[in-house]
Amino acid sequence: MKVRILVSFKDSVLDPQGQTVMNALHTLGYGFVKNARQGKVFELEVEGLSREQAEAAIPELADKVLVNPIIEKFSWQVLET
Amino acid sequence: MIDPKILADHNLTLEEYETIVRLIGREPNWTELGIFSVMWSEHCCYKSSKVHLRKLPTEGRQVIQGPGENAGIIDIGDGLAVVFKIESHNHPSFIEPFQGAATGVGGILRDIFTMGARPVALLDSLRFGPLGAGRNKAIMEGVVSGISSYGNSIGVPTVGGEVTFDPSYSLNPLVNVFCLGLARQDKIFYARAGQPGNQVLYVGSKTGRDGIHGATMASAEFGKETEHKRPNVQVGDPFKEKLLLEACLEVMDKNLIVGIQDMGAAGLTCSTTEVPAKSGLGLSFNLDLVPQREAGMTPYEIMLSESQERMLIVAEKGKVEEVRQVFAKWDLEAVVIGEITSGGRLVGTFGGRTEIDVPVEAVINRCPVYNRKFEPPARTAPRLDWESLPQPADLKAAFLRLLASPTIADKEWVFRQYDHMVQTNTILLPGADAAVLRIKGTAKAVAMTLDGNAAFAALDPRAGGRLAVAEACRNLACVGAAPIGVTNCLNFGNPEKPEVMWQFKEVIEGMAEACRAFGIPVTGGNVSFYNDTEGASILPTPVLGVVGLLEDAAKMVTPGFKAEGEVVVLLGRNGPELGGSEYLRAVHSREEGPCPGLDLSEEVKLQELCREASGRGLLRSAHDVSEGGLAVCLAECAFLGNRQIGCDLDFGEEMRTDALLFGESQSRIVITVRPDDLDKLLGLARKKHVPAVILGETGGTDLVFHHQDREAVRVPVAEAYRAWKEALPEAFLIK
Amino acid sequence: MKFGVVVFPGSNCDYDAYHVLHSVLKQDTVFLWHKDHNLQGADCVILPGGFSYGDYLRSGAIARFSPLMCEVAEFAERGGLVLGICNGFQILMEMGLLPGAMLRNKRLKFLCQFVHLRLEKEGTAFTRLGRRGQVLRLPIAHYEGNYYAPPETLEELEKGGQVVFRYSDREGRLSEEANVNGALNSIAGIINRRGNVLGLMPHPERASEAVFGSQDGRLIFESLIKSWP
Repeated sequence: MKVRILVSFKDSVLDPQGQTVMNALHTLGYGFVKNARQGKVFELEVEGLSREQAEAAIPELADKVLVNPIIEKFSWQVLET
Repeated sequence: MIDPKILADHNLTLEEYETIVRLIGREPNWTELGIFSVMWSEHCCYKSSKVHLRKLPTEGRQVIQGPGENAGIIDIGDGLAVVFKIESHNHPSFIEPFQGAATGVGGILRDIFTMGARPVALLDSLRFGPLGAGRNKAIMEGVVSGISSYGNSIGVPTVGGEVTFDPSYSLNPLVNVFCLGLARQDKIFYARAGQPGNQVLYVGSKTGRDGIHGATMASAEFGKETEHKRPNVQVGDPFKEKLLLEACLEVMDKNLIVGIQDMGAAGLTCSTTEVPAKSGLGLSFNLDLVPQREAGMTPYEIMLSESQERMLIVAEKGKVEEVRQVFAKWDLEAVVIGEITSGGRLVGTFGGRTEIDVPVEAVINRCPVYNRKFEPPARTAPRLDWESLPQPADLKAAFLRLLASPTIADKEWVFRQYDHMVQTNTILLPGADAAVLRIKGTAKAVAMTLDGNAAFAALDPRAGGRLAVAEACRNLACVGAAPIGVTNCLNFGNPEKPEVMWQFKEVIEGMAEACRAFGIPVTGGNVSFYNDTEGASILPTPVLGVVGLLEDAAKMVTPGFKAEGEVVVLLGRNGPELGGSEYLRAVHSREEGPCPGLDLSEEVKLQELCREASGRGLLRSAHDVSEGGLAVCLAECAFLGNRQIGCDLDFGEEMRTDALLFGESQSRIVITVRPDDLDKLLGLARKKHVPAVILGETGGTDLVFHHQDREAVRVPVAEAYRAWKEALPEAFLIK
Repeated sequence: MKFGVVVFPGSNCDYDAYHVLHSVLKQDTVFLWHKDHNLQGADCVILPGGFSYGDYLRSGAIARFSPLMCEVAEFAERGGLVLGICNGFQILMEMGLLPGAMLRNKRLKFLCQFVHLRLEKEGTAFTRLGRRGQVLRLPIAHYEGNYYAPPETLEELEKGGQVVFRYSDREGRLSEEANVNGALNSIAGIINRRGNVLGLMPHPERASEAVFGSQDGRLIFESLIKSWP
């Protein structure tokens, strides 16, 4: 199974990289961009887990390792089974 | 199967191919062709430059290792040695500035720790096109953050260097990276094989398809289609290299290995041939055992990959297990891939078949050497016609403009991004004439500088070579250090053009003459040809890395004024020399010669005087007069102390005021002394036959320059400082 | 007093801390290997600066899982003295021994420079020799030193007097300009409630010898030595 985890700053946390990207987009004429947030993507190839087990294990490992819950949040999805 | 197209793709000529066939006694297969093509590339075998490089002096009492190894080694006493080298990473940095520069840093670091030295300092000489044009700003940002990312992470301070600008670098930036390491003389290692039966280990990162044919890429001109060469760019992993550094130094410290070679340009090919060749032996190995990152790699790809952070180690059979344990401690794999053999052949098997079988000597030592045609250009450099050059009505405005020219302006924007203090040795921070590092456990310090003035070299390559050596040594003299060794990075255009070859030859001969005058050996370096894009060559750009020694670190002298009421003295002589100056370029947009004259014997005396005066504790500050001339030099003295201090000075020479203030006559150093020490200093100068002129005193909040009793420029130090300080950050503000 | 300097893969200020403690201040000092489970009887554990595990996931995020960190956590729990410098501070936050997290510097550039710090809390084991309001001059060298904590946490820190250092100008005044990395409330260093775990972004080990133009870093190390009975 292939799992994708998206990590980004919480909405309450200033994201200077996202801001910079947005400013650059504005400079380049894409004024319609109203906000930009930058994050990271993890793609994990997972073996020997059922869908139900993944439902429990993926958030656990994300919370424990991949994400700093003070500043970051995450979402995840199964890409292929 | 070999046709002209294939040879062209491998940058081999038909004659070269025929030589290969003769040397191995048959047609090479695809993999073998790849091996010869990278090892016989300009980048690896210096086929166009060798005949001229031989003219450089390479010997000296303190030389432990001259050219021909990964880096040069100089004895600094106390059982210690400095190991240093400079390398270019120009082409990769144009294609992908961040990774190109980062892997340049990674590569030079490996050259140093491969020899058993712990890298203690990095310096970079960077050249870009004007920041207002094209991609230059993005290239510079990428290069600077690439250097910062790699050096900071691995924990080697980037302590200095230079950044200059010229339109010729717009499509061909120069990234020359220098590294210096410190080694115990009894722990120096070389690329050696020992004896047959010794085991060959592969350590570090796995091999992927990155950088295939990087070395041949660096040996061909850029064209539009080079943009598509992007997949060739290697990606650096400073964390992996940090582990590799610690593990390698540990197996060396424990005397567990016989020889070691890094896999830089030409990767596995270079290391598996150089190691046995240097011991007159052979090497036999199994390509299937090479750790691979991607599936389905061909022998050709495995041999030519330039994946970073890899090393080849030779160890006696009985020590292999211990070597493995050390690497395991650092979470690295060490895999035996083959062994040293007698008979002088490189034999590689793949899938049970012999894929490579060539004499290593042929690969390493039989590369053709060319004495390429050289010819001075038909058009000589234009000479300045003074009549046609108006003296600016407002000299203060010209002065401020000069201070804000990117080549002269403060580079804090750059070096603040580099960790220049890690390892706690940096006793003179970036921005001074030279970087100075104390050597823990001794009273000594080592000083380093990178220098090269391409504008001078373009006007007169021979003079440019001499001037580069003289200025670099002068920078060391200013901090109180004596030069002990040189490494050089020679950046030129296409050597197949006779005028480029002429520039190269002239620069080398000029450098050789100057090195002899200072009595310093050249212990190695790097030649980067083919710095041409779309047919246009860069300015001939010799970059000198000179290393100096201070026997007593406490005697170090710095450029900034120290206190009010001290006497400002000029050592040397002002001449009306504006040719090739930054003033002509930045204020008048003119590039005309002649470049300043240089009397090497006077230069040597000046530097001796400066060192002797600093050794006696007479100097409060010392700063070399270079780009921007006296006015800029004095402004920097006013900026660089613990606080800003002005000065009020008077110049008597009969010449145009702009030439006096901004001319770039050589062999000049501005010093300050306490009033009580003035007579001693003047006495010493007389004894050494060096002109010493009292210019005035430090103090006040303005920079005031009188010329023949008339006030020529008066500007508050704070105002001059702003112009100098804010130019680069302003250029980088997102508009 | 015995100091233990933890070595993670990617630590690069470990030797610098060792040098100051061992060669300059003449203290009994040992390196502690991150894979061991042994603090070798250290009275104070230093988590040095650097790029542990390359800082590839987040600064300090992987180092906290090193075997030795179980011992360090227990040691801190028992009241043992722990000093985290730069990357070490980031590790302490990832471990939860100190609150908050680090964001990238406000101008998105690595910063290596001397800064001024106002000492906010005197009398701790790390600042015994200083006085409140005193200004220290120390270097910083980081990309992620922009301190962040949610408002409740920040308020708690301030109320509890846990902020030990703030970025200031040379007179000790706080300003946007002096707050070079954009840290909330100009925070450069904090201590836990119990007062035995300190994290700070600046590098005291880089300013503990006369040759560097500032010896203000010694205040922290010498306070520790003085604190020891």
